[in-house]
Amino acid sequence: MSYLKSKFHHPKLAKNDLGLTYRDYEGALSTLCAGCGHDAVGAALVQACFELSLEPHKVAKLSGIGCSSKAPTYFLGKSHGFNTVHGRMPSVATGASMANRSLKYVGMSGDGDTASIGMGQFAHVVRRRLDMTYIVANNGVYGLTKGQTAATADKGSHTKKGEEILWSAIDLPTMALQLGATFVARSFSGDKDQLVPLLKAALCHEGFAFIDVLSPCVTFNNHATSTRSYDYVREHVEAGNIADFVPSREEITTKYAEGESKDICLHDGSLIRLHKGKDGYDPTDRFAAINAIEQHRIKGEILTGLLYCDPTLRDMHDFLGTTETPLNTLDEKTLCPGNHALAGINNSFR
Amino acid sequence: MKPTNTSDPSHFHKVVDCQYACPAHTPVPEYIRLILARRYTDSYMVNWEANVFPGVLGRVCDRPCEPACRRQRVEEKPVAICRLKRVAADNKEEIKDRLPIIPTKKNGKKIALIGGGPASLTVARDLMPLGYECTIFERDAQAGGMMRTQIPSFRLPLTTLDSEVDVVLDMGVERRFKGDVTSMKAVMDEGFDAIFVGTGAPSGRPLKMDGLEEAGDHVEIGINWLAGVTFGHIKKAPKRVVVLGGGNTAMDCTRTARRLGAQEVKAIVRSSYDEMKSSEWEREDAMAENVEIIPNHTPLRYVVEDGKFIGVEFDRVKTHWEKGKRKLISTGEAPVLVECDLVLVAIGQDASFPWIERNLGIDFDDWGMPVLNKDTLQSSHEKVFFGGDAAFGPENIITAVAHGHIAAGSIDRFLNKEKDVNAVPVGEYSLTSQKMGIHEWSYQSAVSNDPRNTVPVMNLEEALANIDAEVELGFDEKLALSEAARCLSCDVQTVFLGERCIECVACEDICPMDCINFIPNGDEDDLRARLRVPAIGNDRDIYVSGELKSRKIMVKDEDVCLHCGLCAERCPTGAWDMQKFLFKATQIEVA
Repeated sequence: MSYLKSKFHHPKLAKNDLGLTYRDYEGALSTLCAGCGHDAVGAALVQACFELSLEPHKVAKLSGIGCSSKAPTYFLGKSHGFNTVHGRMPSVATGASMANRSLKYVGMSGDGDTASIGMGQFAHVVRRRLDMTYIVANNGVYGLTKGQTAATADKGSHTKKGEEILWSAIDLPTMALQLGATFVARSFSGDKDQLVPLLKAALCHEGFAFIDVLSPCVTFNNHATSTRSYDYVREHVEAGNIADFVPSREEITTKYAEGESKDICLHDGSLIRLHKGKDGYDPTDRFAAINAIEQHRIKGEILTGLLYCDPTLRDMHDFLGTTETPLNTLDEKTLCPGNHALAGINNSFR
Repeated sequence: MKPTNTSDPSHFHKVVDCQYACPAHTPVPEYIRLILARRYTDSYMVNWEANVFPGVLGRVCDRPCEPACRRQRVEEKPVAICRLKRVAADNKEEIKDRLPIIPTKKNGKKIALIGGGPASLTVARDLMPLGYECTIFERDAQAGGMMRTQIPSFRLPLTTLDSEVDVVLDMGVERRFKGDVTSMKAVMDEGFDAIFVGTGAPSGRPLKMDGLEEAGDHVEIGINWLAGVTFGHIKKAPKRVVVLGGGNTAMDCTRTARRLGAQEVKAIVRSSYDEMKSSEWEREDAMAENVEIIPNHTPLRYVVEDGKFIGVEFDRVKTHWEKGKRKLISTGEAPVLVECDLVLVAIGQDASFPWIERNLGIDFDDWGMPVLNKDTLQSSHEKVFFGGDAAFGPENIITAVAHGHIAAGSIDRFLNKEKDVNAVPVGEYSLTSQKMGIHEWSYQSAVSNDPRNTVPVMNLEEALANIDAEVELGFDEKLALSEAARCLSCDVQTVFLGERCIECVACEDICPMDCINFIPNGDEDDLRARLRVPAIGNDRDIYVSGELKSRKIMVKDEDVCLHCGLCAERCPTGAWDMQKFLFKATQIEVA
């Protein structure tokens, strides 16, 4: 019976700037179904955090309810975690971020947790541009409750039992774009070459970063008439802008001809270097992004890659002018500045 | 790269490092698994089938398997494979009813086996069940060869040796003991259908230096001295003994001298400590008995003054490597005199064949060694075969056993008109799925974190007082089970069926050792460089699948795979399976 992964690791395993191997970013052994896309998303996140040399205790992972939302147990075992109520992860993340801006917040949600029960919370956390990375592991089905159709399942596709899906799918990246997200991407759990750089860029982006990850459910949604199966997604994926992530400290050596690539500079000095795919568009143009997603959908393709990014827009902390210092480290003197400060405030109202 | 051909056993055979390194290809993980199940007799028979002398080898094997053990690459120290073999031998029950049946009606073919050591005994073991009539010619009164004469009984008790030698002799082998063979022609004239020469390397190399003659019996050849001890001719050693040489025989000399009363025993070698020929553990065992090892000393002369033997003079040297060749360069310091009463020379030994007439059609090379077909061990005379140290010079017991198997197979094919002596079979193998349930395998898939267990030994005083007392006590059951659990079961192979793979990459994510990769194809060097952890600097074959749906291929670096089975447990489609690869180099019917 193997519920443990051996602690032995490859003797030549690479170490990051902190002297950690990627194994130090792993969590418990997954109890999700064998072959679940969510485990691959977790592995990509582990790889991204390892490559960014993030200190595990500087990351907080939050989730709601569902297969996607139990996934955080299986990655970043040394980070902070909060498994919240169904669809209510955004409000807990908001509270946490208000109290402590110094952590990186990673929200792990699913299609039910975001596009159904959590739709209201999702809409508002996007609108407020909370500084977090919000991942939806999107498989178009409710796996934890044995295979009911999710709101992101495509109209005209069929459930495992053969029922046709009557309703149009909610396209989460389009919603995120309309509601004001400043970083929007879509990827596929089976393509880590694309997913890992996107996650790294999202983690370095200051503002609301949304990644919709098509993450097939092997048990309930991997049949021939599904549009979320490994085979279907792999055949219909169309990579738009291909993103390379260049950390701030790394010298840029690769050169591309004029017009072929575009650099987006993030707040921390790192770069997203984009190479235009065959239908490339300007990824800082929100209308072009929405248009491109829709154009591909009509053609029966799934557009992936970095869909939109604008690092110049303000996030929630900028709007609210919150303190950089985590609340738990504010001392009494700062919190209670005394009569003199109170008098000043009162005077301002006179 | 082309996909790995898994229908050819060579890929999986190499993955089982220990078995591949064993000259006789003993199915090591299989017998360790049986120990873990406390099936000692079964474990013993798996060994006996492959290596004929499990009780002997479980004590004194050179263990080429252990440096090959994967455990050494993923943890620190190899599984104590050799000493687990002894556990099987020590705890076995009666085996008589499991031994092959010897036909009463013989096939009419007579085989002469010259020399009664491990090589000849193995040939007899393999041929007797097939109906051959075997005759062993042995100089001494008992069979066993160097296992009896050169290995001290405190390492290998006579009861162990006798019982395993007797199993072979009791198959009905004709014994012509206590008589030197002085003429090959005479043997040939007796009309044997085939002759196997397994006479070992019985001549110890002398060290001719100034003062040798004057030193007289203060200088002896190590293996002759050890044989003298075995046969009771030598019962005492003087106080101070110097052993020249750094091999295993040298170590045996030092430890035997300690038991015969020597108090200051020094093994003095030309090489550096790390380059000594002896196995590391044999050096450690000697040092544990207060034997001093002095490296980097080249002997200059035996010192005899006024007719009195004083000792040996040495030059101090440094090892210098030039174009892969070792050179010992004098440090220029003054020579050192090491005073002693007895010098044992253990600097090597040779096979020699003064009894084989050179006009019989048996060719010898410039070094006096027989010219052989390496695959069949047949000499230039079609009826004559060689094996053991007599074939290519001194090796070890397990190599002699391996030669015995090869020669027996060759002799059998040679004497069967419908078979071709040169058609050497590769051996038989089977691949069997170990799957019992979702998280359940019929082998121990969980990886033990236990460090290597040390074999308990007798206290030093007691050990030195009795030359026949076996110094190693062997693992008790608790230690044996802990040690057996350390085996990674490398024979349980990760078998990949590409046509079932949906490329969810769950196996790539779960693999604790980062062995599995899904990448675009390329040539081998290119693939090796593009793995999650590049497989550069290990010469192990990589396991490559055919093209998958996404046009990528699966590449597995077999080097550090733990055979934990997680890839197969994580696979939703059964594209990975854990299958036991049981490879047998010898075919013998054992119940």
